[in-house]
Amino acid sequence: MASTRLLLTRSGCTALKTITGHGQRSLSVSSAVLARTHVSYEVKDNVAVVRINDPTSKVNTLGRHMQAELVEVINEIWGNSAVKSAVLISSKPGSFIAGADLNMFQACKTAEEVTKMLQAGQKMFEQIEKSPIPFVAAINGSCLGGGLEFAIACQYRIATKNKKTILGTPEVMLGLLPGAGGTQRLPKMVGLPAAFDMMLTGRNIKAEKAKKMGLVHQLVDPLGPGLKSPEERTIEYLEEVAVDFAKGLAGKKVTVEKKKGLMQKVQDFVMGLPPVRKQIYKTVHSKVMKQSKGLYPAPLKIIECVQTGIEKGNAAGYLAESENFGKLAMTSVSRALIGLFYGQVACKKNHFGQPEREVKKLAVLGAGLMGAGIAQVTIDKGVAIILKDTTEEGLARGQQQVFKGLNDKTKKKNLTTFERDRIMSMLSGQLDYRGFENADMVIEAVFEDLSIKHKVMKEVEAVIPPHCIFATNTSALPIKDIAAASKRPEKVIGMHYFSPVDKMQLLEIITTNKTSKDTTASAVAVGLKQGKVIIVVGDGPGFYTTRCLGPMLAEAIRVLQEGVGPKKLDSLTTGFGFPVGTATLADEVGIDVAAHVAEDLGKAFGTRFGGGNVEVLKMMIQKGFKGRKSGKGCYVYGAKSKEKKVNSGAEDILKSFKLTAPPAVSADEDIQYRLVSRFVNEAILCLQEGILPDPVQGDIGAVFGLGFPPCLGGPFRFVDSYGADKLVQKMKRFEEAYGNQFTPCQLLLDHAKDSSKRFHK
Amino acid sequence: MASMLLTSLRSSPLTSVQAAQFAARSFSTSVHLQAQAKSKKTLAKPGVKNIVLVDGVRTPFLLSGTTYADLMPHDLARAALQGLLNRTGLPKDAVDYIVYGSVIQEVKTSNVAREAALGAGFSDKTPAHTVTMACISSNQAMTTAVGLIAAGQCDAVVAGGVEFMSDVPIRHSRKMRKTMLSLNKAKTLGARLSLLGSIRLAHLSPELPAVAEFSTAETMGHSADRLAAAFGVTRLEQDEFALRSHTLAKKAQDSGLLSDVISFKVPGRDIVSKDNGIRPSTMEQMAKLKPAFIKPHGTVTAANSSFLTDGASAVLIMSEEKALAMGYKPKAYLRDFVYVSQDPKDQLLLGPTYATPKVLEKSGLTFNDIDVFEFHEAFAGQIMANLKAMESDWFAQTYMGRKTKVGAPPMEKFNSWGGSLSLGHPFAATGCRLVTTVAHRLQKEGGQYGLVAACAAGGQGHAMVIEAYPQ
Repeated sequence: MASTRLLLTRSGCTALKTITGHGQRSLSVSSAVLARTHVSYEVKDNVAVVRINDPTSKVNTLGRHMQAELVEVINEIWGNSAVKSAVLISSKPGSFIAGADLNMFQACKTAEEVTKMLQAGQKMFEQIEKSPIPFVAAINGSCLGGGLEFAIACQYRIATKNKKTILGTPEVMLGLLPGAGGTQRLPKMVGLPAAFDMMLTGRNIKAEKAKKMGLVHQLVDPLGPGLKSPEERTIEYLEEVAVDFAKGLAGKKVTVEKKKGLMQKVQDFVMGLPPVRKQIYKTVHSKVMKQSKGLYPAPLKIIECVQTGIEKGNAAGYLAESENFGKLAMTSVSRALIGLFYGQVACKKNHFGQPEREVKKLAVLGAGLMGAGIAQVTIDKGVAIILKDTTEEGLARGQQQVFKGLNDKTKKKNLTTFERDRIMSMLSGQLDYRGFENADMVIEAVFEDLSIKHKVMKEVEAVIPPHCIFATNTSALPIKDIAAASKRPEKVIGMHYFSPVDKMQLLEIITTNKTSKDTTASAVAVGLKQGKVIIVVGDGPGFYTTRCLGPMLAEAIRVLQEGVGPKKLDSLTTGFGFPVGTATLADEVGIDVAAHVAEDLGKAFGTRFGGGNVEVLKMMIQKGFKGRKSGKGCYVYGAKSKEKKVNSGAEDILKSFKLTAPPAVSADEDIQYRLVSRFVNEAILCLQEGILPDPVQGDIGAVFGLGFPPCLGGPFRFVDSYGADKLVQKMKRFEEAYGNQFTPCQLLLDHAKDSSKRFHK
Repeated sequence: MASMLLTSLRSSPLTSVQAAQFAARSFSTSVHLQAQAKSKKTLAKPGVKNIVLVDGVRTPFLLSGTTYADLMPHDLARAALQGLLNRTGLPKDAVDYIVYGSVIQEVKTSNVAREAALGAGFSDKTPAHTVTMACISSNQAMTTAVGLIAAGQCDAVVAGGVEFMSDVPIRHSRKMRKTMLSLNKAKTLGARLSLLGSIRLAHLSPELPAVAEFSTAETMGHSADRLAAAFGVTRLEQDEFALRSHTLAKKAQDSGLLSDVISFKVPGRDIVSKDNGIRPSTMEQMAKLKPAFIKPHGTVTAANSSFLTDGASAVLIMSEEKALAMGYKPKAYLRDFVYVSQDPKDQLLLGPTYATPKVLEKSGLTFNDIDVFEFHEAFAGQIMANLKAMESDWFAQTYMGRKTKVGAPPMEKFNSWGGSLSLGHPFAATGCRLVTTVAHRLQKEGGQYGLVAACAAGGQGHAMVIEAYPQ
């Protein structure tokens, strides 16, 4: 025991050395106590209550500083014979420990360095697991990643039944794995299948579910108003309950082990059979390969770590875990995913300041999929909504969509039927402009036709108050053309939502040179309320997202015309990391929409947007192949069989427009790069032209709006990691075969010339 | 302060309790005299009719499933109504209207007011309706009567409430009901058979009523436990308060103070003339109980909660002129009243905290003016939470929009003849018991003003000021 404590102290000190200004702490214990900023403790009735609170952040993270103080405090507790048990709790409402500090790993240069750091963490948790006194983790708020690993190293866990209390191992989403014992402890705690599910999906688990899974032992109800604020008192109450349990554990009145039910015993027995386990590893492995196409290394490493731990014992397991984590931290996939994570955080902030007025009443014009979708994501945020359509059928469909969205949440128990009704009372469905005089913002989602948009704008401007913002939801029409009909262009802005609105995270906001800053701030504020990841871009045909997609779709049509079937096209694109194949994507977007956009952008940008023949699309529309919504597009829909069938009618059309594929640029990889390079080049051109303010928003827009491969981190990060020069070489080869569609833009050429130039630092 | 008093109550034998009470009472009288000097005025308002409580009665409140077990709700209501007629000697055709409260409805007698009135021999020319507002249903019945009289539409109204928990409607599941209803409409044998064939075992499981909020699906006990925790009310405080309630009720029962209780000959059974839920226990015994709702760390137990009760109550309310003209000596004036409501999740049982200051302000009274407090005791934890909320400046400022705290009633004036925890709580019958008790206590103790306050499901609450009728 003594030696292990020494070890802990040592690792604590090494960690301390790296933090400037704390050198004197090791001089005396009392000064160390005074100097502690992140962790404090007091002893109540022989129970040490350890409180964590990072004063520099809204959430607690396990950074060097936090870890060092924790080690110190835990050593002091162990050294205090009066302490019989301990409670670990956060003083922050809403955050227990949200995970490890990512900067810590990013600062490392080699895999070995990361591995070493993790091994220190693993040891610290192992000490707690084997602690002579019981530790109770009292969890309120996010308990994720390293935070969860800390909690499961404790002997007992109590969580609040708060909506904010979530447990999970999201490391896989950052291309990493739970590296502080998670891959070793979770399978033992919740069983192999549940542990794989948690670690491979990274999903958040609510407290109630965690209790059922055996991840926590007790639940505590959140409290309402009392003599203190509900948040504050709930934490206090959680602490009181946790202290009681800690005393019970120390006095052996509370037992950790639950009596196992028959089912559990049977399951344990089955899992005890090596062939069964082997089968599980195999099944999970093939599932992962199918979903990730082998492009994501982390899930496979997670399986490996779990397998090693179970089949070869703890020591081997921990070693595999720390080594694999080190390796993963150095992969470009992990860097890309972490980049996206930070980008997402940046795009969830309002960079335009507080709007003068909060939008409390929002009117949505058009109750179609888009309009109703916008209403759906806004209605539960305390905003009153007018949903206006021109026909009763349209309105009824839209209202039903909103209701269904909420009702599905009640089925998943995220909402009570009563809350659903209350929320639904915020919606007023109507056919006239009643109540528009009180609207703070109008979002129109009517048909994409300039004259209709102008007509609607004039009608609306006649009834809305002067402060009301007019937002237009369009995927390609330039906002300034729409705003041309406005009496107050400073209040006009573009808000480009993606379908289905409740599932797609991105919102592309488009400002014209006349849009006021307050209008932008207000639009961003509404988007953030709706839970969107927001990019704010300049005006122009297709803005940013549609403009990037245009050339790629044009190339896809050419590829199809050259005789590559839709299925092959899909497998090539998904093989590159796109979550949805391009042919399927075209069907989802709608062939008519694609044709519309292709034609518009073709007119605006000329031959650069050429490639496939737009007539192919027009012919398909003529035959009624408008994509999924019409039952036929590239594929045939409707049949219940899992295997999608290629639409032979579409194949006939493609045959009549057949092109000969130049063999020099038609290998599988060439096709992939033809598609991707046109996308990427256009994205960089958007940055060059100032449509896009920065590469971060470019990457976020491409990944969250268009499904650009997340493992590549977006077009800009892709160029950084793949190499601009290599990409330019490829494009030059394509240019020879096809012409100016593959001419690299100036900014890309600049990067190709100077390898020190990077989009991301 | 409250807990100190409670502790002394708990530890001292009965005689010293009495002594303490006497001391407390004489102290309160002096306070009262002071108040008298300043504001000893009647609360009569110009242009507003004086409305009086002529008298009030109730059946004994019994634990559900005991002697009343085989009755129906209207039987109990009938007993209360007949009791009122006997007590007041009121001619049966002198009543203009009858309003009755009920919470858990017996489907067969959904307008239980009318069924009970007919059964009690009231004139069939006297209309009757039933109101429901959870635990303040009979308060609503009384204030409805007050409204009818104040508006000049009636002169004499009987109000009351009944609750019968020995039998509650248990329904078939919705799916089963749907099948059975469709069966009525099915024309052919084939259609009937196919409907019958669609019945699954799961459809047969019945739907039990629960004392739970529809809006939140939380049971009231669970909410009370959370409320107690939010205000830091300990298990000990709750048990002490419950013990106080039982001790005081026992004393009131033994000294014959519960004169509103009428004897009731239950058909096929004996005459019942006493409440049977009053059971003063010991702190040690109470401490042994496990929490009933939040397990294992909750604080609300069976012993510090009100129990499921059968019972009915009735009061006769008249305009003062009419009462005097009929030769009655009224017991009290019914003065200002308020209804309040708040968040049904986290403030479900805080009605008294919100209603009390509102009704006092309406009447132009302060805490010092009130001689008698009768608060409905749903749970000991709920009462203690309300007392703490009323004593908190922070709560008053943050949630009530007040500058300072409400202040809590002095314990010596508070529920001194027991309360719902000990006497029992037949939901819709409690309100009339509270008002009648205030009138009786004012008479007995010589006070002038009394205050009734109660919480109710749905996050609602009620308070009423009652003024003693000059003796």
